[in-house]
Amino acid sequence: MQFRKSWIMALALTSVVALSACGNNGNNTATNNGGNNAAATNTPTESSSGSDLSGSILASGSTALQPLVEQVAESFMDANNGVDIQVQGGGSGTGLTQVAEKQVDIGNSDVFAEEKLKDADAEKAKALVDHQVAVVAIAAVSNPDAGVDSLTKQQLVDIFTGKITNWKDVGGADQAIQIINRPSSSGTRATFENFALGTKTEDLQGSVQEDSSGTVKKMIGETPGAIGYLALSYLDDTVKTLNYDGVEPSVDNVISGKYPVWAYEHMYTNGEPNEIVKAFLDYMLTDEVQNGDVVDLGYIPANQMQVSRDVEGNVTKK
Amino acid sequence: MRVKPKKTRIEKHHIEDFLGRIYMSFCVLLLIVIIVSMVYFVASKGIANFVSGEMKVSDFLFGSKWAPEADTPSYGALPFITGSFLVTLLAALIASPLSICAALFMTEIVPGWGKKLLQPVIELLSGIPSVVYGFVGLSVIVPFLRNTFPGQGIGVAAGALVLSVMILPTITSVAADALASLPQNLKESSFALGATRWQTISRVILPTTLPAIMTGVVLGMARAFGEALAVQMVIGNAPFVPRSLFESASTLTSVITLSMGNTTMGSPQNNALWSMALVLMLMTFIFVLLVRMLERRNKI
Repeated sequence: MQFRKSWIMALALTSVVALSACGNNGNNTATNNGGNNAAATNTPTESSSGSDLSGSILASGSTALQPLVEQVAESFMDANNGVDIQVQGGGSGTGLTQVAEKQVDIGNSDVFAEEKLKDADAEKAKALVDHQVAVVAIAAVSNPDAGVDSLTKQQLVDIFTGKITNWKDVGGADQAIQIINRPSSSGTRATFENFALGTKTEDLQGSVQEDSSGTVKKMIGETPGAIGYLALSYLDDTVKTLNYDGVEPSVDNVISGKYPVWAYEHMYTNGEPNEIVKAFLDYMLTDEVQNGDVVDLGYIPANQMQVSRDVEGNVTKK
Repeated sequence: MRVKPKKTRIEKHHIEDFLGRIYMSFCVLLLIVIIVSMVYFVASKGIANFVSGEMKVSDFLFGSKWAPEADTPSYGALPFITGSFLVTLLAALIASPLSICAALFMTEIVPGWGKKLLQPVIELLSGIPSVVYGFVGLSVIVPFLRNTFPGQGIGVAAGALVLSVMILPTITSVAADALASLPQNLKESSFALGATRWQTISRVILPTTLPAIMTGVVLGMARAFGEALAVQMVIGNAPFVPRSLFESASTLTSVITLSMGNTTMGSPQNNALWSMALVLMLMTFIFVLLVRMLERRNKI
């Protein structure tokens, strides 16, 4: 008995030692792997024809962008048999972290890298190269019974900061307002706060937070007096789309720059992309994809935008 | 003459025995490595913010303001800790009586068809994925609560109701096993003394099996405490200590699943989420300890 006990202790001890070694090596191996991947994908095929590309691409990040990247990756892999593209979700923060640490080739994000990688991580953001592949516009929506068609910026700010709590104060029915929000770390919320409200808001007691657009839509459609915001591709008759300062949130208004609540979908690479990744990103921006897959999935083609916006949010006419 | 039997001693079953032992030791070692590395990983991430001075332990555990994106971020986890405890205790309060009655029904009242009917149903219940529970909660329980009580239906009450259904099978099966393993002569002597079935159940069976049943309750609570998805869908996720059972609230698990993917690894907010994961893990340890203590008491 005594012998066995000491044996188990020895086992546990060795495992702890092995583990601490792993802890130190963990990061190294991860970066090494990334390096190897990059090296593998870097191997030139000594051919000018695009269909002779071979290698693999790993992309991760934004779940809002994931369906588009997946669909485009499918058709890209059909055209280039040697290329293998894997697209993972995980959220914008995950995508940016992993691409900054070279664990993946492409990091998908709903927001500019500079907005997520701040302070101590600001250096990491500088190494990342931005590729804007699509635009997503976000509209304020309410429960159909709220009785309001349009809200001004100030009214929206008052609602989301809790100053206005009843729809009758903005010309609607006598019904308490229920906010259906996104979590404070969400890219969609950041876009809505930056460009529709112009200010950050704090979570209010009693407000609801959901992280998937489907659930947000369901809750706004079912909850009396609910208000929230959704990407244009999610809008339908179960919720009421609100005009913003009198401007209808439509694709045309976004393209012409009249409707301001939109953001780019980014695909970040660490440094300039290698041959394969570049070919994929170029394919992403071709008219075939931009007017096909991008529009089909409810995004707005980035190359059609008549205005552009930088990290600070300054909008310029193209 | 002596050499011969020694040689024939290494037979096939000795080799099998040896290989089996090696394999078992490997599995045990692997298990230990996995557990230790998980504890190490969560703990090292979880204490990062305290080490760097980004937040204080007291501010984290007892601070009620969660505003990680604000200009001066504050990482108070009290709303989430209270939310987790509230839904867990409520769910156990709702589920325990139901489960114990179901177990009594299966073992004492109608051991024949009662068991045949209930056993598969309860096993089925434990096999349903949590997202299904969450969706049913969102589509059935939340509208029901909204129409019956003041408020929007979402909140601690909805979360506790969904969880109580989820932990029902855990408590029921543990309680049923405990009741079935009760020595027959205890019941027989009770009946022989002229006790009715109700008197036997309430005075003899339940008191003797109580520690074992409590084990089931604690196991159920451990599951409720760690459940993320179903709760997140119905609780509303506002980072506040709720003022009523029908107001949007959060749990430790729901805030982790909501924000983990949106934050970058190593940022203070991400580390704060890991600290909550550490709290969750410590709570699990406490639940396990409780179960061990109850099991010790359980020896009749």
